[in-house]
Amino acid sequence: MLNLQLLNQVSAFIWQEADMLDHSEFNEWLELWTSTATYIIPIDPLETDFENTLNYAYDDHHMRQLRVKRLTSGESISTAPRARTVRSLSRFRVLKDEGDVVTVRCAQNLREFRKDVLKHYTADITFDLVRSGDSFKIQRKLIQLINSTDTLAGIGYIL
Amino acid sequence: MTNLIETVLLDTCPSDLVQADRVHTSLYTDAKLFDEELDKIFYKTWIWVAHASEIPDNGSYKSTYIGKQPVIVVRDRKKDVHVLLNRCRHRGATVCEHKKGKTNSFVCPYHGWSYALDGSLRGVPHPESYADCLDKGDLPLVSLRVEQYNGMIFATFNDQIEPLVDFLGPARKWIDLFMKQGAGYPVKVSGEHRFRFPGNWKIQLENTTDAYHFPLVHKSFLSSVDEQTLELFDFVQGPGYVEDLGNGHSVMVMIPDLVDLEANLDLPIPERFEALAQELRNEGHEELEVRRIVRAVGGSGFNLNLFPNVACSMAFFRVLQPIAVDETEIHHAVITMDGGPAVANRYRLRLHEHFQGPMGFGTPDDSEAWERVQKGANAGKDLWIMLNRGLAGEKPSDDGLISDVSAETGMRAGYQQWKKMMAVPAAKQGE
Repeated sequence: MLNLQLLNQVSAFIWQEADMLDHSEFNEWLELWTSTATYIIPIDPLETDFENTLNYAYDDHHMRQLRVKRLTSGESISTAPRARTVRSLSRFRVLKDEGDVVTVRCAQNLREFRKDVLKHYTADITFDLVRSGDSFKIQRKLIQLINSTDTLAGIGYIL
Repeated sequence: MTNLIETVLLDTCPSDLVQADRVHTSLYTDAKLFDEELDKIFYKTWIWVAHASEIPDNGSYKSTYIGKQPVIVVRDRKKDVHVLLNRCRHRGATVCEHKKGKTNSFVCPYHGWSYALDGSLRGVPHPESYADCLDKGDLPLVSLRVEQYNGMIFATFNDQIEPLVDFLGPARKWIDLFMKQGAGYPVKVSGEHRFRFPGNWKIQLENTTDAYHFPLVHKSFLSSVDEQTLELFDFVQGPGYVEDLGNGHSVMVMIPDLVDLEANLDLPIPERFEALAQELRNEGHEELEVRRIVRAVGGSGFNLNLFPNVACSMAFFRVLQPIAVDETEIHHAVITMDGGPAVANRYRLRLHEHFQGPMGFGTPDDSEAWERVQKGANAGKDLWIMLNRGLAGEKPSDDGLISDVSAETGMRAGYQQWKKMMAVPAAKQGE
């Protein structure tokens, strides 16, 4: 029996996170995470030991702060002008509910427009969400791009 | 004056497009020149294809490209390295589509011809139809000349070329210095970031020896590091230098104190490495060993640019692959210590991710600048790319020519080699 109430709760939370990123609400976004959380974009689709291998991003709280600062400082020519993004998330599935931690996998399709180029990135995203009051905090966000092993161009925003 | 490009290209050879202090913009934009570069440079000189650690065991292989030709780099049962054209001798299909792996043989998926690790043709299904008109000995995978120096594996289509050690010349001692970042452990390639940018390959080649752009293009990276690192990277007016090492190779020393990672082990450990040093001590490493590892973790203080396709760049290998006149693929291969402390290797991986790759704090800004060079280079008909920075103070050195750290000496070295190779009439090459 699907737990539709939980599915609703986690998708509402994840959609909110997506909307914050598309609309540059970075300070609010930084508040969504636990202090020990990781934001990971691996290269090898089969890899499970992200800490000891090379990723596109392996951000702790400090690196997330730095990434936000880089996006907003105006010091980086690849992020000024900023890319506009619209991301759609769907196909939510609760993989595990262990009381404190809920693991959710979903599909993300992101369109990016910057200067004169429209790009498209598709990814599986797996969230480990920690229950916090009547909502959640992100413990881990794992973004597995379907073309992670291909050559990529610069991604000057937060996936 | 208004159509000088056409005049130059029609009436003279490519060498007129390179002067001592500038190169003609058509070097970035002319598709005919690009095709000529493949023939006269990428299919004539030594091209880096792998680091030995990428094919550690018998049967380990990687697939890559030399110019636009697909090749397989493989270690056979006797541990010898072969570089084979990735093309079945029957009807031309590639025999390997994996980027890396381990195998006993390469089997063409089309009709099942199978090749041994040294490229020899082993099996042909249903041979009866050939009767005696197929000699397997005549049809191995085409094997290129291969030589290695200190783990760097190069191959060439040119059987007449000088030995690799002579081609590298004085660059060899810089390769030896670079490998000290293993801190006594073997240097190991542990993955890479691969990306493309819409621009000519030589724009990237130049960048590896361009200190001048660093404080500007990488301002957002510099804003993200601690005070000591910031000081370390403030090298444009520092005591560093660029040296032309001959054959198109050059070295840019940004941080002279970090040329020899095994010297000065008694210097204070920088603040940003203190936590790492303590973890290593806790794991039981002796103090000298801790210092050696910590010093190596940050990488070397120089970029060695080897013409035409590889660089030993501070803490990683930069490999470039020409795709089209206005498209280039770059690989930034991360280096770890093989069998070294995991905590130190993690530190290196995180440093690499911080700067390199499509989501790094450095690479995307470089890429943006290069893309803009290619775009801007379409403007004007008779304009040149200026490479005269640091000419005033340039002096002969033991190995070639030397000037200040932000001099364009390394770029001039690359273009003089380009000129030399492109000036050879096609028929003369490889004789």
